[in-house]
Amino acid sequence: MKALLNQKNRAPLAFAVMALLLVAVGMGQSWPFALAILNLCLISAVMSLGVNIQWGYAGLLNLGVMGFTALGGLAAVLVSEAPVLEAWSVGGQGMAVSFLLVVITIVLSILVYRNMAANWQRRLTLATLYIGAYFVINHFYRPAVYAIESVNPASTGFLGGMGMPIIFSWVLGGIMAAGVAWVVGKITLGLRSDYLAIATLGISEITIAVLKNEDWLARGVKNVAGLDRPVPFELDLQATPWFIDMVQSLFSGRLAALIDTERTDALNQLVIQSSSVFVKLCYTGLFTVVLVVILLLSMKALNSPWGRMMRAIRDNEEAANAMGKNVVRQHLQVFVLGSAVVGIAGAMLVTLDGQFTPSSYQPLRFTFLVWLMVIVGGSGNNLGAVFGGFFIWFMWIEAEPLSIAFMDLVTAGMDQASGLREHLLKSAPHLRLFIMGLTLLLTMRFMPKGIIPEETRLHTV
Amino acid sequence: MPEFIDILNAIVLFSNFVLVPAASYGAQLALGALGITLVYGILRFSNFAHGDTMAFGTMTVILVTWGFQSMGISFGPLPTALLALPFGIVGAIALTLVFDKTVYKFYRTKNSAPVIFVIVSTGVMFMTNAIVRLIIGPSDQRFRDGTKFIFRPREFKEFTGLSEGLALKSTQVLTLTVALICVAALFYFLQKTRTGKAMRAFSDNKDLALLSGINPDRVVLITWILVAALATTAGTLYGLDKSFKPFTYFMLLLPMFAAAIVGGIGSPIGAVVGGFVIAFSEVIVTYAYKKFFIYLLPESLEPSGLMQFLSTDYKFAVSFIILVVVLLIRPTGIFKGQSI
Repeated sequence: MKALLNQKNRAPLAFAVMALLLVAVGMGQSWPFALAILNLCLISAVMSLGVNIQWGYAGLLNLGVMGFTALGGLAAVLVSEAPVLEAWSVGGQGMAVSFLLVVITIVLSILVYRNMAANWQRRLTLATLYIGAYFVINHFYRPAVYAIESVNPASTGFLGGMGMPIIFSWVLGGIMAAGVAWVVGKITLGLRSDYLAIATLGISEITIAVLKNEDWLARGVKNVAGLDRPVPFELDLQATPWFIDMVQSLFSGRLAALIDTERTDALNQLVIQSSSVFVKLCYTGLFTVVLVVILLLSMKALNSPWGRMMRAIRDNEEAANAMGKNVVRQHLQVFVLGSAVVGIAGAMLVTLDGQFTPSSYQPLRFTFLVWLMVIVGGSGNNLGAVFGGFFIWFMWIEAEPLSIAFMDLVTAGMDQASGLREHLLKSAPHLRLFIMGLTLLLTMRFMPKGIIPEETRLHTV
Repeated sequence: MPEFIDILNAIVLFSNFVLVPAASYGAQLALGALGITLVYGILRFSNFAHGDTMAFGTMTVILVTWGFQSMGISFGPLPTALLALPFGIVGAIALTLVFDKTVYKFYRTKNSAPVIFVIVSTGVMFMTNAIVRLIIGPSDQRFRDGTKFIFRPREFKEFTGLSEGLALKSTQVLTLTVALICVAALFYFLQKTRTGKAMRAFSDNKDLALLSGINPDRVVLITWILVAALATTAGTLYGLDKSFKPFTYFMLLLPMFAAAIVGGIGSPIGAVVGGFVIAFSEVIVTYAYKKFFIYLLPESLEPSGLMQFLSTDYKFAVSFIILVVVLLIRPTGIFKGQSI
């Protein structure tokens, strides 16, 4: 028990338990299933690291995680899809002009803002500028959208992407999320802390609304499926000689025990199963690299003078300000960094799914679940955030069969035909929302520092 | 110049699709924003569980309404839900008080930072949301009965002889009436009664209020009772006017927060004004003005497009943009609430 309470032993113990849980799923349910959970655990851990940078390092409340995740997803489409040349030729010009006009409007408004005194004339000028710009831009934008969306709407109807390997989207996703975070942070940081929460909640809803409705961008609710993959396809693998040879040598013992006719069938079966495991392992490898790199960088940053300053600001803004630290600027910096990490995770998620479905972004799943990961894992501790990502994702997946089992137990004594029984069984999936909420409240109350708490750094004189 | 009859038609058209719906939506938002502003003013945190409290209260109303309907009890031309409203309010009060005792009280006595309250309120939101989905399910529910229209578009056309019809749904009139009564009662309570004054004093300066012997537990209790009552009323009116769906109620959080902040968070009158500001902007900006201009402009100038500023899919963006503009220009809101 004493070893458990020791902070140093917490992290290895927690990760050992996590590994055991995953192995148990592998043995009890199936290995591909365990690997699928593991891959999403890795992505969740990256997201959780991003939120931890904002909340754990600096105490910023970002309730718009979903929006930044979706931006990362959009990046995956924009990078990997082949450009739709026909759409570019009919609408590209209009889009380019609209984009240019947006840039001009922004530049003009910054000029007006800088060069006029803060009075009603300035507001009036800005308002006129925006209203005028709205009509002018619409004049070019609407026809372009119409033209693009009518190009073969059943399969394209959008501008397409850059036709590059999807792995580059992990970078672009981070950059796009960082850009949006910069704008949001610029507006709301420096105001009261919950304004950031409300503003980020709002911007994430709007991001999703844009992704759902602007078909020219990423086909909206028509979704983009069949995205490029950074790893081989299962079917290709199954026809590749070296892969078949590898499976043959791996399972040579089991195959040797069979007679000739059965052996080819068994080998085929094994090749099919192994190909799915192999692909998942490839993803695991890629995601692990990203996670480890981000984790190392985060740990390095947290232990550097920069991290010390961030913690000082978090713990006492006024004192840090008095020491000459620009609190608003540092907050903006850390907000942008954290959002970028979330964006990277969003791009990884869409890469794994192989499709971009804007309607699948739900705030409970993509914002509040990630928060739960950070808080349960241990805010302010990077290893804690990673563990939270693993553990909460695992719970989220396994809570569903558990809820169903629980409801089965509750309703066991009831009449088979009873309406209540049917209703309870049908609503079992909602039970996991309840479990997650309860977990959050219990953690906040009894273990506010999380499972792997932040290290207390004492300077002994 | 357009003819007089065309101007009348345009006005009727505008009222039918913009003024009347926006007014009733505004009243619903105002009641919701009042709840947020009360929690903010007295308990000093942004309550992210407010939308789901609304959903819980409304769900109770719906269940009781169904019970009444199956017993054959009705409220004449008015919806049965009005009879069930007190039960819903009691349900929501029970819910908020249970969460206050088990969750918020701990952090209040510890004097935790507002951010901690926001986080635990999201936990409460999760749980309330789950309870609602467990009991009534995630799908759309309609529970309106009684007379649907005060007058129908056809009746209006026959009566006035105009070519545009104006519909007045009974739920719209009901919303405005009930909201007016609630707001009047709330303001009377806050301004004139001893308890109301105690609450305002508590909101203004907590330490001074405690020194004057105001019982903080009582103030908190009454706040939650008021918040639950307002939330349930707002939710029921919204559900009668449109329909009830747990997720929609969660999504109402953003316009309600926008309303409270635009009006000046912590200021009740601000919440009411903010509610109408948000609702009218949302409807005005997303309405397609094509027909409206056809009436008013000569044929040569008739618009070709829909004349819609923003597609209805972006109505949440409207409240957000107003929110951002207010935050930039006047962070305290229209009626100087508490700020920064």
